[in-house]
Amino acid sequence: MPDIDKINNVAVADISKIDSITFADGQKVNNQSVSLVTDAHTLISTHTADGSSINIDITSGIDSTYDVYEFHFINIHPSGSGSSGQFLFQVNASGGSGFNETITSTAFRAYQQEDDSGGSIDYQATEDQAQGTAYEIIMEGIHNDNDTGGSGILTLYAPSSTTYVKHFMSMTNTTLGAGTKQDFHAGYINTTSAIDEISFKMSSGTMDAGVIKMYGLATS
Amino acid sequence: MALTLISTHTASASATLDITSGIDSTYDVYEFHYVNMHPASNQVDFTFQVNASGGSGFNETMTTTFFYNQHGEAGGGVSGPAYYASMDQAEGTGYQALNYETGYDADQSISGILTLYDPSSTTYLKHFIGRSHNAQGDDMAVNGFVAGYINTTSAIDEISFAFDSGNIDAGVIKMFGVS
Repeated sequence: MPDIDKINNVAVADISKIDSITFADGQKVNNQSVSLVTDAHTLISTHTADGSSINIDITSGIDSTYDVYEFHFINIHPSGSGSSGQFLFQVNASGGSGFNETITSTAFRAYQQEDDSGGSIDYQATEDQAQGTAYEIIMEGIHNDNDTGGSGILTLYAPSSTTYVKHFMSMTNTTLGAGTKQDFHAGYINTTSAIDEISFKMSSGTMDAGVIKMYGLATS
Repeated sequence: MALTLISTHTASASATLDITSGIDSTYDVYEFHYVNMHPASNQVDFTFQVNASGGSGFNETMTTTFFYNQHGEAGGGVSGPAYYASMDQAEGTGYQALNYETGYDADQSISGILTLYDPSSTTYLKHFIGRSHNAQGDDMAVNGFVAGYINTTSAIDEISFAFDSGNIDAGVIKMFGVS
């Protein structure tokens, strides 16, 4: 008998009821035992730019529930271009005040233009930090044409640890005016205090549009 | 994409952290997320190797690449993105480094992800891609990138993680299947 991943194009793990009957682990369907599989990639919250603010702050949901948090950015669209088209993040330690924790980080990019100029990879000395407390750039040069934006993932490790510094890595793609750029940032937030808040913002202007989804990876 | 947590492995002053079950044909893609792997010795490399089904020992043949990007707390130490020739393998059978010189200060460690593709295939060699961030022993942030293939058409069913010297004092590795 074949394993069934989906019913009517819905993942089995996402089905809570069939014909109004709660679908519980251990029940039987057509005399077959049901063993539910839970997606270990849990969507915690979704945050949509309101079009008038420069920032999106996530002030709940970051705790010891998960060891690994992923922030997925989808079509972050700035009101300005060039230097205004930087997308940045900072964090706040539990009980702390403001998004201003100490960061040491590293940054590089690869880019190519539509006219075939560019095509290079290099370190970004203006985007790293050495024990800095500024917002960390994770996308740079996002253009504000109607069809351009930036997307990617920031991974934050064990933010609730009170033993270790907090590792982070980001990998993003940005649409330039007429080209593409991949940005790689990584580093550590140099505190052993727990981190429970994160802020994303544009360097100036407003975040015209965009969605940030926060996921946790299951611990058990 | 849905992730299924298969197993969790917690280090406690052991030379290696071996995962000897749960890698089979159930999933085509396996993700190993390691969090705050902390070494007993200073400036040691976090590594992995695999064992083919029915084989003996973690010593499969690999060809790999490694590059990195780094920056120090004092503002120096900028290097990269750069290829690191001594961290790759050309048909080697050693443990493959995922990053280099993790520090052993109380707050230093390494975290990252290793993705292994189709380990149960008996047709293809086995691709892997890894990305990590390391609090390096000289107080530098090091972003490491590794990839390569395990040059065997035998199924892989075991994986081992270790520092290249000394014990893994602490840390957690979670194995997920991707469906």
